[in-house]
Amino acid sequence: MSAAEPQREAGAPATSAAEPLLQVRDLRVTLDTPRGRADALRGVSFTLRRGDTVGLIGESGCGKSLTGLALMGLLPEGAEVAGSMRFDGREMVGLAEDEWCRLRGDRMSMVFQEPMTALYPLNPDGRQIAEPLLLHLRMDSRAARAEALRLLERVRMPQAARRLDAWPHQLSGGQRQRVLIAIALACNPALLVADEPTTALDATLQREVLQLIGGLVHECGMALLLISHDLGVMAENVDRTMVMYGGTVVEAGPTAGVFARLAHPYTRGLFAARPRLGLPRGTRLPTIPGRVPELADLPHGCPFADRCDRVTPECRAAPPAPVPVAGDDDHVARCIHLDASMAPTRRDEADA
Amino acid sequence: MNARRFFARLWRNRVGFIGFVVALVVVLAAALGPLIAPYDPLAQAIRERFQGPSGTHLLGTDNFGRDTLSRILHGYRTSVLVSLGAVFIATIVGGGLGLLAAYWGGWRDRLIMRFMDVLLAFPIILLAIAVLAVLGPGSFNTGLAIGIVYTPVFARLARGPALTVLSWDYVAAARALGGGALRVLGKHVTPNVMAPILVQVTLSLSTAILVEASLSFLGLGTQPPTPSLGLMLSESRGTMLLSPWVSVFSGLAILLASFGFNLFGDGLRDLLDPKLARRR
Amino acid sequence: MFQYTVRRLLDLVFVLLGVSILVFLMVRFIPGDAVAIMLGANTDITPERVDALRRQIGLDLPVYEQYWNWLTGALRGDLGTSIWTGTPVGQEILARLPATFEITLLALVLALLLSFPLGVLAARARGTGGDVVVRVIAIVGLTLPSFWVGVLLLYFFSIYLPRWPAIGYVPFGEDPLGNLARVALPTVAVSLPMVAGLTRILRSSLLEVLSSDYVRTARAKGVSERVMLYKHALRNAMIPMITVIGVQLGYLLSGVVVIEQVFAIPGVGRLMVGAINERNYPLLQGVVLVVTGVFVVVNLLVDLAYAWIDPRVEYS
Repeated sequence: MSAAEPQREAGAPATSAAEPLLQVRDLRVTLDTPRGRADALRGVSFTLRRGDTVGLIGESGCGKSLTGLALMGLLPEGAEVAGSMRFDGREMVGLAEDEWCRLRGDRMSMVFQEPMTALYPLNPDGRQIAEPLLLHLRMDSRAARAEALRLLERVRMPQAARRLDAWPHQLSGGQRQRVLIAIALACNPALLVADEPTTALDATLQREVLQLIGGLVHECGMALLLISHDLGVMAENVDRTMVMYGGTVVEAGPTAGVFARLAHPYTRGLFAARPRLGLPRGTRLPTIPGRVPELADLPHGCPFADRCDRVTPECRAAPPAPVPVAGDDDHVARCIHLDASMAPTRRDEADA
Repeated sequence: MNARRFFARLWRNRVGFIGFVVALVVVLAAALGPLIAPYDPLAQAIRERFQGPSGTHLLGTDNFGRDTLSRILHGYRTSVLVSLGAVFIATIVGGGLGLLAAYWGGWRDRLIMRFMDVLLAFPIILLAIAVLAVLGPGSFNTGLAIGIVYTPVFARLARGPALTVLSWDYVAAARALGGGALRVLGKHVTPNVMAPILVQVTLSLSTAILVEASLSFLGLGTQPPTPSLGLMLSESRGTMLLSPWVSVFSGLAILLASFGFNLFGDGLRDLLDPKLARRR
Repeated sequence: MFQYTVRRLLDLVFVLLGVSILVFLMVRFIPGDAVAIMLGANTDITPERVDALRRQIGLDLPVYEQYWNWLTGALRGDLGTSIWTGTPVGQEILARLPATFEITLLALVLALLLSFPLGVLAARARGTGGDVVVRVIAIVGLTLPSFWVGVLLLYFFSIYLPRWPAIGYVPFGEDPLGNLARVALPTVAVSLPMVAGLTRILRSSLLEVLSSDYVRTARAKGVSERVMLYKHALRNAMIPMITVIGVQLGYLLSGVVVIEQVFAIPGVGRLMVGAINERNYPLLQGVVLVVTGVFVVVNLLVDLAYAWIDPRVEYS
């Protein structure tokens, strides 16, 4: 890339068009915890093509944020990665730190949960947006400033020209998240990882920011991995949904299919536990019994076995393999009781 | 937290535990010094002058043939007593003023804290020297001087958290129900400001030992013949070439005492005040 | 920023007034007749001499008038005259300030120069068993009695480098090399505790910054860890450093006052000890007032610098 052509096409394939943008195979991550080493990701596999929007859902501690950090090479110190992550025709597992630095912010970007603390307090916004432009596209500072303004306008920052020289502490949470999105999109990445990008924002802002992200992703033809614990966010914003529990993807399929079938008992639990409007006052929300186990305490077989209401001894024998749901190869769930667990879903479906 | 759990956590803290052990050794040396000292710290023995460390004199002798170890043990007594007294004064007076300022609020609060600001404006040794110039030298006055120097530290430390506690609903209610100042402060506020105060007490002991030694070294603090570590170091300079161990060991003794209390305070901060520990 | 500066300047005036009142009252707090005590060291006390001295110090006037005369005199640079020599106190202090301030300033610079690389090193050695070692070493340094270090340095230099001019002081203007050689040892001794203190603060604030959300954002941009440490983290970690420099300067000055005694440096510390020994209270008052005044002003400048560097400081 050179300064002469700062605007590349996001989807510009580095390899043959046949290869997907991102192919994660059997990704395993172990972490240093106060209680010793723990398997945090236990064989995560998925594929992202250009233009795909995929959601990753689950309770906190299930490994969804860790998956995002692993993709960005931002795992905490002492983490060990095994398996394969091919991005743009290139293996990322085992990549050296300086090669990661060339990828991050350029070909792939990430937006985090906490806009209040995610901006550097001692530089004005414009300079923070310009940083990846200077770093990856080798723009001169004048061009980078002009581009930063254009980016602020693209994320629909009110009074963008004035915000260029504003300090982060002068902005609201929603405005800061816009700045962070502008930073992430600066170099037109092929992949955007958004980790709970709206959780810290007001409900009214949430939809606006998500629509902004969705629109920009669509415009640029990039792939989006949206991480959230909010079913509503998934339903409205991604084509495919992956449900994570205990460091594995327990169910994955087209969003509509996953929401209609609720194949895995954990997915159904998540769904039943969501708050809804229109419920009579005083209705107790069903909850999933127990709580997310600590990584070190996960059972050997199905990670959900200890909290599942249809657990049998076989569940604890070995980790279940993915099974097509209702004969649909595109929709799989890791549960040996799929047929049985499907049965009561019919009732829920009407509710959904 | 009870004593047993406290020590269990202290043990796991490592740094705090080492500090606790060192501080304990220093305090024991101060308390039992006269009992375990092998010689009279003041007894001169002209024939045993300038002896190096040996079986009879573990840390050697000085230019008057006085036993260095015995003098250090007695010196600890002075250092620790003066420092404890100073920090005690500062905690009671300073802490009390801080609590009252928070309780009263308004002009009395401003007056007290302004006065504390003024005391804080002096470089510590200058204030201590000025107070000693007024009071005259001696161990007791040294303790008093250091106590005055540290008073504003405790006033500020107590006032901040006290203001927070006083704004809590149940404390405000206790006040509205006519609990007197002493009752409200003693029952509700004091327990809640104890953690940072305890940490500061330990850390202040560490620096008080250094200040006491400095003042005695300058000849303004403890006066001879009372054994004092700062005084020993000062006196030993003249015969340094003949008996360097006196200077080495008396300075080391000051360092050990100050180090022990500081390390202990550092560990205490981890245990009692996690929020504070993160900042340092 | 302007409002903030004005407010801090008002604070400064209040504090300086308070300091001057305390220093003025110092002599009045002396138990017994201060004049008799001042003359106590002298042999030929006559009622005439006592009265003369009383008038000279202005003790025959009402207290507030005494204070007013003393304060307005001080503001004009007239701090009275030394009882025994009759020289103006201001002159005596001015003659002694350079040595003390030179060592204090050099020690500050040395401590800053050393603590930056050490703090970065200590921060990079995080998460290992070395953490405890780093912490313990830092506390040893922090509690090192600097006058003891001075005594030991003097001892080793007198044995191994006997020709090194370790004692006394010559002004830089007269003999630059001789000046630096003489201030080197006390400077090193006095700065060691500050090196330890600053290193510790820098290390912990570096670690805090490196684990912050905005460093993660920067890493997600592709900024390398090295650039992050030196560009973002170090700059941000300097803020807590600056806030403690004021307090640290107080310790530093205290160390210098004591160490002047070790190296026979004719500075403020020796002047004070001498003044106490000969009960020269006007001189003592002058020294305490001037040094504290300078100290308070420097602290204000540090605070203003802090507000200027960190845009988040609220000025209201």
